[in-house]
Amino acid sequence: MKGVEVTVERVTRSYGDFKALDDVSVTIEKGEFFSLLGPSGCGKTTLLRIIAGFDYPDTGSVAFDNKDVLSLPPEKRQSNTIFQTYALFPHLTVYENVAFPLRLKHVDKKTIEAKVNEYIRLVQLEEHLYKKPSMLSGGQKQRVAIARALINEPSVLLLDEPLSALDAKLRQNLLIELDHIHDQVGITFIYVTHDQAEALSVSDRIAVMNKGKVLQIGTPYEIYEAPATRFVAQFIGEANIFECTILSCEPYGEEYLMRVDVPALGTQIQVTDYDPQEIGSKMDFTVRPEKVRITPNFPKTTKSEVNILKGIVEEPVYSGFQSKFYVKLDEVNETLVKVYKQHTVFLDDGPDIEWLDEVYVSWHADDGYLVKDSSQ
Amino acid sequence: MKRTLKPRAREQLLGSLYSWPMGTWFTIFFIVPLAIIILYSFLKRGLYGGVEFELTLNAYREMLNPSFAMVVVRTIWISVLATLICILISLPCGYAMARSKHQTLLLFLIIIPFWTNSLIRIYAWIFILSTEGLINSILIKIGLIDEGLRLIYNNGAVVLVLVYMYLPFAILPLFTTIDKFDFSLLDAARDLGATKFTSLRKVMLPNIKSGLSTAFIFTFIPIFGAYTVPLLVGGKDSTMIGNIIVDQVSKTRNWPLASAFSMIITLASLVGVFWMLYTSRREEQLKKDGPKRTPQALESKVKAHHRAGKGVR
Repeated sequence: MKGVEVTVERVTRSYGDFKALDDVSVTIEKGEFFSLLGPSGCGKTTLLRIIAGFDYPDTGSVAFDNKDVLSLPPEKRQSNTIFQTYALFPHLTVYENVAFPLRLKHVDKKTIEAKVNEYIRLVQLEEHLYKKPSMLSGGQKQRVAIARALINEPSVLLLDEPLSALDAKLRQNLLIELDHIHDQVGITFIYVTHDQAEALSVSDRIAVMNKGKVLQIGTPYEIYEAPATRFVAQFIGEANIFECTILSCEPYGEEYLMRVDVPALGTQIQVTDYDPQEIGSKMDFTVRPEKVRITPNFPKTTKSEVNILKGIVEEPVYSGFQSKFYVKLDEVNETLVKVYKQHTVFLDDGPDIEWLDEVYVSWHADDGYLVKDSSQ
Repeated sequence: MKRTLKPRAREQLLGSLYSWPMGTWFTIFFIVPLAIIILYSFLKRGLYGGVEFELTLNAYREMLNPSFAMVVVRTIWISVLATLICILISLPCGYAMARSKHQTLLLFLIIIPFWTNSLIRIYAWIFILSTEGLINSILIKIGLIDEGLRLIYNNGAVVLVLVYMYLPFAILPLFTTIDKFDFSLLDAARDLGATKFTSLRKVMLPNIKSGLSTAFIFTFIPIFGAYTVPLLVGGKDSTMIGNIIVDQVSKTRNWPLASAFSMIITLASLVGVFWMLYTSRREEQLKKDGPKRTPQALESKVKAHHRAGKGVR
């Protein structure tokens, strides 16, 4: 099996007044595990259906390896889909479900049997060959769907929120399995999901979408560490986001160190960025909660680039592996800064921090980001 | 010690009490008349109608008369043809309704004809089809023909009007089954390489079997016993079993023979109903736990399959 490059160019699709896709362009490389990530209604499923051939764009083009596929019906495209509800044929056994695409092609019996067994083994369903879909668990159904989609040896596998109907633990396991299968078959995977954790953990690259537009395309690392827009910063993980004004800008190694005024924090802070910003321009400043340290005493540091603010714990939220603290800053007495803290009390981290404790929050200028496009 | 019934036992007792009105109704108006018909079909014909109490198979022997046999054969082919046409029309119709946004309106439109008495609707067809009727006068006016075509008083007209009368009975069950059908299965089939038509045939049809058998029964049974339609729009050679029964009761006054013919219709209906029960039961069974096999049988079959597979390799 070989993957193809999928090129989506300037695709627009409207339903009445609603623009499901607004001038979307994406290039998905050969053999890539590519995710379309966004909230429900952002157009990701519409884009997937257009690539599969179940929907047609109003304008724009879709090509596999530079060959236009829009004129082809779904059955003629080198893509196969795994549907959100699996869409297994209820009147057929697992064996017949997986054999379905080959029966359509009138492949001879021996080949069918060999191939079905091969793919059933790939998804480890050997013991359920003669069961009907209704006798299978959600995870098993999912595997049948995978085997059935792969037996045609497609060049692109389209996955439409394939794990959303499963419970959390199973989802984790199947996700890892999907990743293994991707490594084995080496074809292009296009994975639609609204779950950022899923997308971050398996994708080679992610396209974050909202309201029919692609906001940012990048590796999971890029998307998380350097969100391009305010929406991306807020949708992927958690973020403290505040409006700010650039006050000064000077070179700092390969980057630029800037002093910005953040009215919401009631003070000036330092932040670095790869691009110099114009003094006086208004932007959004963001820092992830896990990059912020929370301490009962004034933090010991020799670095001058560390921002240190004082406040009171307004709301501690315990969630097992870590706690989240909403800290009310002394300076402004209303803004809450979100901070994560691991429970490492016994590693000299001082006593547990509790409700209404006076604390210091601090973070390094390198961990903060300026978000350029605050409109989206 | 005071004797009280356990809640479950009391509920069972109440349950059987509740079923009494229905049971009585069915006994008086359904089972007793049916028993009378069965009995009459085995009795001797009275001289001036009625019966004489003498057990005989005369009625059934008379049915073998070629002219009657012809009517039975005709009834069967007209019924089968009309039923098949009904289902062929209802399939796309039910599909369209299930996918439509205006389901309630469409259902309403299908039910509207029932507001008019069926006799009046048949008479309307006479006006449409007759030699000076609607169709012929239009055709003459636009100059396609000079003289009215003979559209009525033949078997074609009987089939046409039967289809018209019983179409809703096929559309409604098919619509409800197709409405429950998961249309993403069609997307899946096409995605896997099936054309539009193949996906309908190989994925949709097997999954709406219960609707198909219900539609078949709901149309076939009333059509098989049709009486007014062949009488009003049929010709000399359009007589069906229903017409024979009426003739034998009211004109020839051969009640045992009429009863015997009724028995045919009842038997045909019974076969249909049992078939429907069988298919829907089987479908439920299949949905519930796959083909009817014990776990042990299933396991041994899987093992056998693996052994066979290994043998080949």
